[in-house]
Amino acid sequence: MPTFPLLLGAAVETVKQDLGHIGPTAKAFFFVFIALSLGITYWAAGRTKSTSDFYAAGHSVTGVQNGFALAGDFMSAASFLGIAGLVAKSGFDGLLYSTGFLVGWPLVLFLIAESLRSIGKYTFADVVAFRLNQTPVRIAAAVGTMAVILCYLIAQMVGAGKLIQLLFGMRYEYSIIIVGVVMMVYVLFGGMIATTWVQIIKACLLLGGAFLMAVLVLSKFGFNPLALFAEAARLNNHDAVLGMATPNPPVNVLGPGSLVANPLDAISLGLSLMIGTAGLPHILMRFYTVPDPKQARQSAFYATGLIAFFYLLTFILGFGAMVLVGKKAIVAVDPAYNMAAPMLAGVLGGEPLLGFIAAVAFATILAVVAGLTLSGASALSHDLWVNVVRHGAAPESEQLTVARYATLFFGVAAVGLGLAFEKTNVAYMVGLAFAIAASANFPALFLSIFWRRFTTAGACASMWVGTLTAVGLIVICPSVWVDILHHKAAIFPLKSPGLVSIPLSFIVAVVVSLARRETTSEEKYGEVRQRIEAGGTSD
Amino acid sequence: MALPPSAPDSVPVGRRRPALPFVLSGIMLIIYFGFIILVGYRQPLMGQQIVPGLSWGILLGALVIVAAWVLTLVYVRSFNRKGGA
Repeated sequence: MPTFPLLLGAAVETVKQDLGHIGPTAKAFFFVFIALSLGITYWAAGRTKSTSDFYAAGHSVTGVQNGFALAGDFMSAASFLGIAGLVAKSGFDGLLYSTGFLVGWPLVLFLIAESLRSIGKYTFADVVAFRLNQTPVRIAAAVGTMAVILCYLIAQMVGAGKLIQLLFGMRYEYSIIIVGVVMMVYVLFGGMIATTWVQIIKACLLLGGAFLMAVLVLSKFGFNPLALFAEAARLNNHDAVLGMATPNPPVNVLGPGSLVANPLDAISLGLSLMIGTAGLPHILMRFYTVPDPKQARQSAFYATGLIAFFYLLTFILGFGAMVLVGKKAIVAVDPAYNMAAPMLAGVLGGEPLLGFIAAVAFATILAVVAGLTLSGASALSHDLWVNVVRHGAAPESEQLTVARYATLFFGVAAVGLGLAFEKTNVAYMVGLAFAIAASANFPALFLSIFWRRFTTAGACASMWVGTLTAVGLIVICPSVWVDILHHKAAIFPLKSPGLVSIPLSFIVAVVVSLARRETTSEEKYGEVRQRIEAGGTSD
Repeated sequence: MALPPSAPDSVPVGRRRPALPFVLSGIMLIIYFGFIILVGYRQPLMGQQIVPGLSWGILLGALVIVAAWVLTLVYVRSFNRKGGA
């Protein structure tokens, strides 16, 4: 029975028929790895006792361990499935995501990581609210956080839904509902935290799997990546001649393409990706799991190294999928190219490798989704419910009830949005989440650490304006307004809102802060600096 | 928190410390936006192959990733040299 490998030129129809016939080996490998991952989560969750354990692993994780965990959190569905797919589709354009997702890390290390650990306790809102008026700042931060999380969730849902569809050949609608249910079960059953150990193990598996795939790809090209790239370029010219590749004249997959046809698109995307990393709530949260600022610094350093290595591998994997699997086969399975990496695994290592890679990707998605849902649920229950509805006093049990309903809300919302965004590439989707994070969270976080005159009003205005502008512009940008809502022309021309929303968020923060002084904030700024500098040298 | 040992040189170090993160962040911004602006405004050049298979775009993209990592290495090393951490 011909399943994988799918060779170049395999007829689209054959591919479609084979979809439901991925053999038992791949499925068995898939289930074994998923079971292992759930087992580890269960074990780790059993070791969680206190609140501090729950949110921050008791502040007891070492720098190296946290570096792996950060990498595990960051190398989610988007990095692996999305980027490999984008590169397989359009070559160099996809690599813009590889570079963009990485260059935010040095900024996190230089500007944010140590300060976070020096000032805050559990979340980045602790840092922003440290010298400001708690309630309005926490509300604004919670709203921004939820916008980022929902957008990020969509990408994970689509990635997981497509994986299930590929493996089991069922309809996308059913796969996404199954994913939604599994996700809720995962969050409720012990997997209450995407624990550090789970992420560490997954980071190792994902890096190992990607490295193995890259080596196997290169072995077919005399271990010379340039031979692979040259073959990709040659094939695309060939495809263009046959009328298969998208536009004419022939596409040069080794250079910039349609994604950045407008230079401002390139700049807007670049800005969002670079700044966004430093505003992702679930990534920032990880810096509280280490005992001190020095370990926070170490962990950001190791994470950068691991992620850099991984993104260099995506060059090989993406072009490898383009050449060895072929665009026609990939597009037949998923028009958004999200399945390029698992299909490449099938070509390279048969069903065992396909099952393994699919399981690692799926388990990573589950863990990321659990973490995201939880940070969203805690933003809703802790920051919004307790601070706004109950004015700071709500019994523990009531908070938990709200958190459960919030989890349910996120689960249902994720399924709904996952259905709406089926045709979207997940790396692109995560890029949008980065744009929201960069506009909503980063300006307020940065200014609260480095600017004495920053005020409560400035922080709130910045977070509200950043969130609303970024989300609003996403809705009216070509990829949503035209591709999903089926209007004729987009109101906002760029595919990423960052170029407008990030500067706007900064400007609003500065102007509003300058308009009216806040003496308490300025007085407490000395303490902020003192804590950061003490944290940098001691321990 | 071992504050006393670092207290004597906390003034000069404290004065110099804010510089390093900002200098390195500045370098990172210049490198990355240099790359992005080339991608936006010099598209034919970025697609040109230096040797078969290696375009300027791919070479510079890979170098941006390597440079980002090297900058983090410089940062972490500078702390270790000072003996502050």
